Amino acid sequence: MEVFNKTIDDLHTLLVEKEISCTELTRGYLKHIRQSEEKVRAFLTVTEDMALAVAAKVDKKIANQESIGILEGLPTALKDNMCTEGIKTTCGSRILRNFVPPYNATVTEKLQEAGAVLLGKLNMDEFAMGSSTENSGFFPTANPWDVERVPGGSSGGSAASVAAGEVPFSLGSDTGGSIRQPAAFCGVVGLKPTYGAVSRYGLVAFASSLDQIGPITKTVRDNALVLNAIAGHDPKDTTSVPFHKPDYTQFLENDVQGLKIGIPKEFFGRGLQPEVEKVVRQAIVTLADLGAEIEECSLPHMEYAMPTYYIIAPAECSSNLARYDGVRYGYRAEAEDMIDMFKNTRAEGFGQEVKRRIMLGTYALSSGYYDAYYLKAQKVRTLIKQDFDQVFGKYDVLVSPTAPTPAYKIGEISDPLAIYMGDVYTIPVNLAGLPAISLPAGFVGGLPVGMQLIGKHFGEGILYRTAYAFEQNTGYHREVPAWIKEVG
Amino acid sequence: MTYADKYEMVCGVETHVEMATKTKIFCGCSTEFGGEQNTHVCPVCLGLPGVLPVLNREVVNLAIKAGLALNCEIADFSKFDRKNYYYPDLPKNYQTSQYDLPICKNGWLEISVDESKKRIGITRAHMEEDAGKLVHSGETITTSHSSGVDYNRTGVPLLEIVSEPDMRSIEEVLAYLEELVQIMEYAGISDCKMEQGSVRFDVNVSLRLKGRSKFGTRTETKNLNSFNSVRRCLEYELERQADILDEGGTIAQETRTWDEGKGMTLSLRSKEEAHDYRYFPEPDLVPLVIDRDWVEGIRAAMPELPSAKRLRLQSLGLSEYDAKVITSSKTMADYFDKALEKYHDAKTLANWVMGDLSGLLKANSCSFEDSPVTPVQLAGLLSLIQKGEISGKIGKTVIEEIYKTGKDSEIIVKEKGLIQISDEGALEKIMEEIISANPKSVADYQAGKENAIGFLVGQMMKATKGQANPGLVNKMLKERLSQ
Repeated sequence: MEVFNKTIDDLHTLLVEKEISCTELTRGYLKHIRQSEEKVRAFLTVTEDMALAVAAKVDKKIANQESIGILEGLPTALKDNMCTEGIKTTCGSRILRNFVPPYNATVTEKLQEAGAVLLGKLNMDEFAMGSSTENSGFFPTANPWDVERVPGGSSGGSAASVAAGEVPFSLGSDTGGSIRQPAAFCGVVGLKPTYGAVSRYGLVAFASSLDQIGPITKTVRDNALVLNAIAGHDPKDTTSVPFHKPDYTQFLENDVQGLKIGIPKEFFGRGLQPEVEKVVRQAIVTLADLGAEIEECSLPHMEYAMPTYYIIAPAECSSNLARYDGVRYGYRAEAEDMIDMFKNTRAEGFGQEVKRRIMLGTYALSSGYYDAYYLKAQKVRTLIKQDFDQVFGKYDVLVSPTAPTPAYKIGEISDPLAIYMGDVYTIPVNLAGLPAISLPAGFVGGLPVGMQLIGKHFGEGILYRTAYAFEQNTGYHREVPAWIKEVG
Repeated sequence: MTYADKYEMVCGVETHVEMATKTKIFCGCSTEFGGEQNTHVCPVCLGLPGVLPVLNREVVNLAIKAGLALNCEIADFSKFDRKNYYYPDLPKNYQTSQYDLPICKNGWLEISVDESKKRIGITRAHMEEDAGKLVHSGETITTSHSSGVDYNRTGVPLLEIVSEPDMRSIEEVLAYLEELVQIMEYAGISDCKMEQGSVRFDVNVSLRLKGRSKFGTRTETKNLNSFNSVRRCLEYELERQADILDEGGTIAQETRTWDEGKGMTLSLRSKEEAHDYRYFPEPDLVPLVIDRDWVEGIRAAMPELPSAKRLRLQSLGLSEYDAKVITSSKTMADYFDKALEKYHDAKTLANWVMGDLSGLLKANSCSFEDSPVTPVQLAGLLSLIQKGEISGKIGKTVIEEIYKTGKDSEIIVKEKGLIQISDEGALEKIMEEIISANPKSVADYQAGKENAIGFLVGQMMKATKGQANPGLVNKMLKERLSQ
């Protein structure tokens, strides 16, 4: 049976109707992974035995006529920065290449409770620092739409695995665009929830005040179903918010009549590739045709978002990554004394981009520079939040491109600043702690283009409503890279 | 000549107090001392990748309580910050502490030295996590072949209390430390077990020529863990600084360490080598908002603090000195108060608590908490003496018996036949025998040597095995011999 293009509802029905057993389904996906991985290389670890054991349990339940949950028995995979008890969690880094956590992340537990079958762990830029998955300490992942191109990043494995049909859904993490940009590059749906909507417990931190876990799926409805399973307050994460969690599928109406959509002009400026702009403008026209009210608006401090982010995120990372010193776990370099052991471990264990950001952040927090960099950046962050607060007084949703270009070739961009610029539309959203979704809006030269919808705090519902209406009236989500059908 | 002839010292102290919570500051692990190495640990206090801290509310309760006991302002809005530095006993290589918005600030406590009272300012008090403990294969880190780390202590909640540089003599410093530790113990902030390292001091000290107002350059000596070490460290450090200044040298601003064995301070790092801790707000914890009801609830439940207790004891007739001795340890003071409920002569009670009972406990290395003589038993014994049923002297025997057997004094007195003889008829016969056996003393007394009566009383007591009522014997002898 072809598995690559099935939605969560499709798979659930197959199991419930006993058209396929969970074990068969799991084996089907594992087979597809084996074939597809020759091209994509999205997985760092495949947990075949564990997956089949879980599948057998689900089959027993089904055989006993017990009802199963919507995600129960469905394959999934996690970005390799979410802790999985007894399963390697490397963060895409050599320094953690043998690290096996003794505990589960809250999202891991929630997916287990929902009965999902974990097929493995997914490649990523080292410690989620990067936008192309080329910074993985192990190997780059390919974009299923063109295997010479990057899948985006840092959740490149999460997006590529879903786009290649290796799993129906995965989780990614997003600090400055790391769910949305790869979702855009790979033609799938990726949501970065409101900061505090999903527990960060067990997510290996990059920048604590910006990191957020979210679902990557083929369809908007699938996305809402996965968010249902992972969102909610967690007593283990005091930055998670006690909020009333709705059933997100209730927002999936094919109706945007009267919805007020703002188009921030700063998100359509210099650097935006004209072909991409054309696709996104066309998508906005589609939304207008569906009855949404479209108006241009302004977020005046957006030009400062990038430098602000590149102070705050590295500052937090310089402290968060201090623990990788070779003393307790992970890679340890040989040395004559303790200080050299620290130095050699970190010099040999971390890659270039991680080192660059640790240095940036250490500098920004240093005595004498703190006020000029970190403190100033926090003040600008407040101004950026205020910009959003202001426009959300008037609009329900903001629309922009997710990234200024489609996927570029592996190795094509070596200038870090040029790569950073690829996150110019996604970063402000993290600084403001807002939810945003990227969904397929069309193609440029055979490569997917993503449209970003930004909502108010805890406004995931209206994002789903808008995205669902667009999806139902366009159908880009049904496109699949040609080679996958052959592998199928 | 000592430093004090020419210079005045200026001293401030940072005190780290382990707070007496059952669980750690950011996780549910036990804070119990002395567990097998690395058994009171979990992913959170080990700082494994991905973990997050959750603030233990009881730590905040105790910090507020400490702040109130030290007359501090309690912040409405407080936050945690990360103090970044690399050391193997620190699993995250940063310590979660408080930097610019501590929970308590601007307080004071009162000390008393040579009859004069003085307020010592408390700059601030803040919450933080303790680090682990290095376990070296050899004597010291530099001479060891290898070192291990025990993380049981990692995440034990600490309160760091920073004083103003208000102390001007070693006596003042010690008085401050004693008072501070007592307050922490009385308020239930910490069990203050110095021998377990639950209180540690960093001492900042400088000298200035007498009469000058400008502070000299200070040194900070870290990690002293007893009053005695603080005293010895200051004695050494002040002489060291005075010697340098006398020779026209300058004091280097630096961090020093105290070598207990050598009895000297040693340079640890200079100002130039000082760590840049790169403090920034802890993004994994939301800021702490403390409303007035929270603070007032804790204030209302505040136990009696040492200074108030001393005043109360003085009002009951104790001297200032006795009140100070009784309150010097919380367990003694608690014992005293319990006995006082049953026996109301505070002065006599204090004498017994500080004298015989303390002596007994000390001789047996026992604490007041575990005293085999319960407060009620001591009160019972003193009541027997007060009623004249036994003499004070017999009482000394009885308390030893209570200590040994745990029996109440009434039973001991009965079993051993120790009831005091207050029957004049019974004593008269013995008196006549003593008088006729000691004609010289009788003659001496009648010749005006008044203290000769003491010998005769002693003989009477001896003859009655201490059971005679000494007051009565005295009175009877005087009457008989003046006839």
